[in-house]
Amino acid sequence: MLHLFIVTLLYFFGYQKQKDQLRGSRRTSRIVAFYGLTAPPYELDALEPYMSQKTLEIHWGKHHRAYVDNLNKQLANSPLYGLTLDELVKVAYNNGNPLPEFNNAAQVWNHNFFWESMQPDGGYMPAAGLLQQIEKDFGSFPNFREKFITTAMSLFGSGWVWLVLKKEEKKLAVVGASNAVNPLVWGDIPIITLDMWEHSYYLDYRNDRGKYVNAFMDSLVSWQSATARMARAEAFVNLGEPKIPVA
Amino acid sequence: MAFCALVSKKALGSALRSGAADLGSGLCQIRRLQTFSLPDLSYDYGALEPAISGEIMKIHHQKHHQAYITNYNKALEQLDEAIQKGDTSKVVGLQSAIKFNGGGHINHSIFWKNLAPTNEGGGEPPKGALGWAIDADFGSFEALVQKMSSEGAALQGSGWVWLALDKELKKVRIETTANQLQSSMSCCSTLPGENFTGPPGDKGATSGSLLGIDVWEHAYYLQYKNVRPDYLKNIWKVINWKHASDAFDGEAA
Repeated sequence: MLHLFIVTLLYFFGYQKQKDQLRGSRRTSRIVAFYGLTAPPYELDALEPYMSQKTLEIHWGKHHRAYVDNLNKQLANSPLYGLTLDELVKVAYNNGNPLPEFNNAAQVWNHNFFWESMQPDGGYMPAAGLLQQIEKDFGSFPNFREKFITTAMSLFGSGWVWLVLKKEEKKLAVVGASNAVNPLVWGDIPIITLDMWEHSYYLDYRNDRGKYVNAFMDSLVSWQSATARMARAEAFVNLGEPKIPVA
Repeated sequence: MAFCALVSKKALGSALRSGAADLGSGLCQIRRLQTFSLPDLSYDYGALEPAISGEIMKIHHQKHHQAYITNYNKALEQLDEAIQKGDTSKVVGLQSAIKFNGGGHINHSIFWKNLAPTNEGGGEPPKGALGWAIDADFGSFEALVQKMSSEGAALQGSGWVWLALDKELKKVRIETTANQLQSSMSCCSTLPGENFTGPPGDKGATSGSLLGIDVWEHAYYLQYKNVRPDYLKNIWKVINWKHASDAFDGEAA
């Protein structure tokens, strides 16, 4: 009898606590969407020696993490919650008059994309369809490579360099942009990106930007991930009929 | 004029030597392109420790500043050529490289003079006219330091934070500029909207960059990593207020 009484009591307390919590949360909280820190799809030492573990630890663990934390802090008092990160970047860009949330949102997006743009044993060349498209839009792969490197090297100050699929022109292009601006804001589809902020290469390359950009092209860029992006992009951009070889 | 532009120093020299007397030196002026070189620091690379490490000072001076100078000289050479040839689009196209690299040279030359080892007066707050102006316009020296540090920390991307003198209004103010733009109070005006804060740079004659702090990541990354606020907290220990005071006295006169 006592045992039954105690169980009932415990159940009752548990139920009260639950009710209290619910009542409490209804009183003070509202539903907010927060963004999380995406980890790179490889270990932090996997990109050695082209990008050191130390760099990844600080670049991902401190810079990228700070953008996420600061964005979440901003969103606690902002009407801009409940959007996907892509949407938030576009909305916060506000057609060139960026809202305070833009910098953090765009940098979170950019860094997520950057980790994805690299892989251990990366570099070399893309294959098949992507290679064909590059050859079509740049003349040759070496031409593209040179354009990418030149654009990266001629960026003034902080910024990113992008391989994008332009929606209107229906072709690939290389673009550089300052600070946090990314191709989403002008409606193009990013395929790969390279972070040209000094914090991205300073520990490993000091001021030798050329060496860093070449290392990215030769040993880090993930053509696998670029191909996947390209495949997805073709759902939005009609690149013409596939050339089916005649038997 | 066109004739003059085609005559290089060599051709003119040989013409004069061969006795072409009507080619008077009054007809054209031989223009020699000035090349710029890296100014020396008046202190050792390690003299600003522990506020700024010797490694940073060495790379900042020998690599970054030198690169700006090298590229500035290259751009000037190309500009000269383009002017000679009358290649307008090339002349226009070179402006951004000149602005960026020339600006980098100017800004860093100011920066080295803005720093001094603590045993040579670095960090000592300004007395005299600049001290009073700071108190009048910011309330106190501490308030200035705090405001300048927070504006420098909040600057997105690369740039500089300045303490500048507005000669017209006779006030000192804080400004931030992006990349290698000069303070709007300096000799070289910038377009409205190019600076992060501060008025449009059409005050050509009101030159007065008293103090500039480089907040490009290369200025602190090896030592402070992503913690720019710590760099800005410590740099005050090696700021050369005497130089700023002298500049103030010179300009405000």
